[in-house]
Amino acid sequence: MSLTYHLQIVNLLAALLLLISFAMLSQRRIAGLITLFAWQGAALTASTALVAWSTGQHHLYYTAALTLVLKVIAMPWYFFRIVKKLDVDRDVEPMINIPTTMLIGIVLVIFAFNLALPISELSGTVTRSTLGIALATVLLAFLMMITRSKAIPQVIGFLAMENGLFFAATSATYGMPLVVELGVALDVMVGVFVLSIFFFQIRETFDSLDLKHMEKLKER
Amino acid sequence: MMETFSLLPLEPVQWAWGVVLFWLALGFAALLLQRVPQLLSRLVFPLGALGALFIAGVGVAGLLLPASTIVLPIGLPDLPFHLRLDALSAFFMVLLGGAAFGITVYASGYFKSMAGGPLALLALWYHLFLGGMVTVLLANDAYAFMVAWEVMALSSYFLVTTDHKVPEIRRAGFLYLLIAHVGAISLLLTFGVLQGGQGDYTFDTMRLAEMTPFWASVAYLLALFGFGAKAGMVPLHVWLPEAHPAAPSPVSALMSGVMLKTAIYGLLRVTFDLLNIQIGWWGTLALALGLITALYGVIFAAVQSDMKRLLAWSSIENIGILLAAFGLTLIFYTDGKGALAALTLTALLYHALNHAFFKGLLFVGTGSVLHATGVRHMGHLGGLMRFMPWTAWLTLIGALAIAGLPPLNGFVSEWLLLQAFLQTPGLTQPYLNMVIPVAAATLALAAALAAYVMVKFFGVVFLGQPRDPALHEAHEAGWPERLGMLWLAAGCVLLGLFPAQVIGWLAPVVSLLTDQTLVNDGNWLMLAPISAERASYAPLIFFAVVAAVLLLTFVWVRRVYHGRVRRSDPWDCGYPEQDARMQDSAEGFGQPIRQIFEVFMKVERETPDPFSRSPHYHGASLDKAWFIFYVPIARVTNWLSEQAGRLQHGRIQWYLIYSFATLIFLLVFTTR
Repeated sequence: MSLTYHLQIVNLLAALLLLISFAMLSQRRIAGLITLFAWQGAALTASTALVAWSTGQHHLYYTAALTLVLKVIAMPWYFFRIVKKLDVDRDVEPMINIPTTMLIGIVLVIFAFNLALPISELSGTVTRSTLGIALATVLLAFLMMITRSKAIPQVIGFLAMENGLFFAATSATYGMPLVVELGVALDVMVGVFVLSIFFFQIRETFDSLDLKHMEKLKER
Repeated sequence: MMETFSLLPLEPVQWAWGVVLFWLALGFAALLLQRVPQLLSRLVFPLGALGALFIAGVGVAGLLLPASTIVLPIGLPDLPFHLRLDALSAFFMVLLGGAAFGITVYASGYFKSMAGGPLALLALWYHLFLGGMVTVLLANDAYAFMVAWEVMALSSYFLVTTDHKVPEIRRAGFLYLLIAHVGAISLLLTFGVLQGGQGDYTFDTMRLAEMTPFWASVAYLLALFGFGAKAGMVPLHVWLPEAHPAAPSPVSALMSGVMLKTAIYGLLRVTFDLLNIQIGWWGTLALALGLITALYGVIFAAVQSDMKRLLAWSSIENIGILLAAFGLTLIFYTDGKGALAALTLTALLYHALNHAFFKGLLFVGTGSVLHATGVRHMGHLGGLMRFMPWTAWLTLIGALAIAGLPPLNGFVSEWLLLQAFLQTPGLTQPYLNMVIPVAAATLALAAALAAYVMVKFFGVVFLGQPRDPALHEAHEAGWPERLGMLWLAAGCVLLGLFPAQVIGWLAPVVSLLTDQTLVNDGNWLMLAPISAERASYAPLIFFAVVAAVLLLTFVWVRRVYHGRVRRSDPWDCGYPEQDARMQDSAEGFGQPIRQIFEVFMKVERETPDPFSRSPHYHGASLDKAWFIFYVPIARVTNWLSEQAGRLQHGRIQWYLIYSFATLIFLLVFTTR
């Protein structure tokens, strides 16, 4: 009986995840983007913990804790610090205007749901209905990476994509083995560090974090 | 490895492998000796030459003894090196050893002025090159063959680019490397087809594989392309006129004299030994390609004014002759004319051996000229016979031999080949019967033009008056060089004087490939293929007559003609003074050929203005094959890479879109 309630809540959290993805797509300011990213992490943590509790998959608790520490606390804090240091918290003009982006996003969500339907029927988990949402989150994050021209939103898009994948893993197969999760977490952390070094280098070379300056690196 | 304390019971193949190891050791020892360059030229190269002589001896033993094999525990875990020495390998080993001995002796003198570091590297590559070529001949599985083939290609690439500081030489080296590797890929595919899906790459398995005519033809065509690229078959010949002038002369001699023959060896090996069926049209194709190559090569040789480039084009011509002989052998063989196939194959092998000697001799001869004068362009040479008599006379022997004049060796093989062509009316295919006389005429034309080329080569470089005052300073080659040339010239003379004996030695090879041997209807003095009524040649008698006529003429001119009182005109026959610039130049000598065969070339001419104070003339005959085959390929490649380059925008968003589109595409199409 309680499983149904839990499922309802997991579905609610999944919907929240999707909503946050759209919010990120429409957010112009970097600071707002980081906050949204932290909230996405929080929703992910909550849903993972709930799945762990309702299905008795104890390793998912560790995963949830890892998500909480990394994606809700450490990384947003780190990004805020970078933003403050580089002083880049201004309005970001996306490459495509926001209503169009949102429309493309809706098309992607429909596509993702269509795509996930046959896959989720193969899956034996209680949370399989959220697979479509997970896939949509991935695609939306990808879309965000494409439409932003500054470096930091792109990295956040990349991390949001990772969130989506993570959610897909949880909903389709109750998460990956813990070793894999740990590995992915480490990769993400290292990736963020490396990319933040790049931020400073790009900034130093081009006096800006706008990636369109990197077109100059193209071989003529 | 296989060496035991009692060396005598070893089989020839083990001896041969021992020499390869010796050369390898010598090459690496050279690296250690780079501080003492004198030792390098006085010790390493002569020892290498001894190894070559030994290889020739092993080859002779291999011709007399039955085939021997060894399996070496080197290579891949499941695929050790299989080596085998049969009569065919043994013959090419005699060729290699014989020519390489003379060339290496020459090299020990030629390289003595080089600095230690480069010389040590050169010695390393040189001996690796020799070892690679011997291993190519010995290999009995595709893996060992390809490894040796690549060792040969790479070491010769480094030898070609010895003077790598000159941009043209680097360019020539790159072209050579490129074509060598295109050919090597084709050979790899050949072996892939030959193994017939059994997954076993030893030649023994390939010999037993039953191929359908289609797959056999595929293997043959791939082999023809691959070996043709190495040999310099038109249109894959473009690297030869570039690489040969770039390489040091002994290296050119080795590459032209010996390395090109490894391609002929490979072609014979694949076609007659590894493939279990042979098809008639293969021969027709090889014959046609060979004749085109021969004619093309000799025409371009006639219009060159760089002496090494001229010799490179002449090598292309000779490869053409060998390919034509190969084609004719195949035609006779598939037509069931075993005796005629044996005759043609004998001519082929004989010509390969001859070419190794006379082309090696001519290339080292140009090396001596280059050393003495520092000039390759014939327009700045002339009259060198007075300053370099040894080089000139020895080169003359080589030039006469390659021109196909009796009693030297070039005549014997070309005569044998023409005899074979004259036998074609016996063929059962009517079309071939009609076409082959034309082929014989083409071959005769090529041979005649080769003589023309040699008159030009020798006449412009050694006869007449020096075209440059600096030539009076030209010095004769040193003793090692003279000895090397003497060996090669002696080879040309002896191979020409004793053909009946040579043909006897070739018999095991010929019978291995065609199951029949050439019947010499004459005696030891006289060569008469097939039947003595038809045609015969007695070189010793011929030589005696030539010598007697020469002697008589000499005596008559000296004693009788010059003995009389002569009056001369005050006006000196309209030649009051004659200087070096009035002589026929290399360009002038080639002019008629250029006029007649202009369709084959792209002529660039820059004539001076009649009122110019400092007139400048520039003329070049460029190879049309380059513009027909290679320039379009390069353009298409360039265009394709430009199109691919358009994908590169430099905007990270575009790259993300590529990934995104790929992701969506895969999601849509793989979840169907």
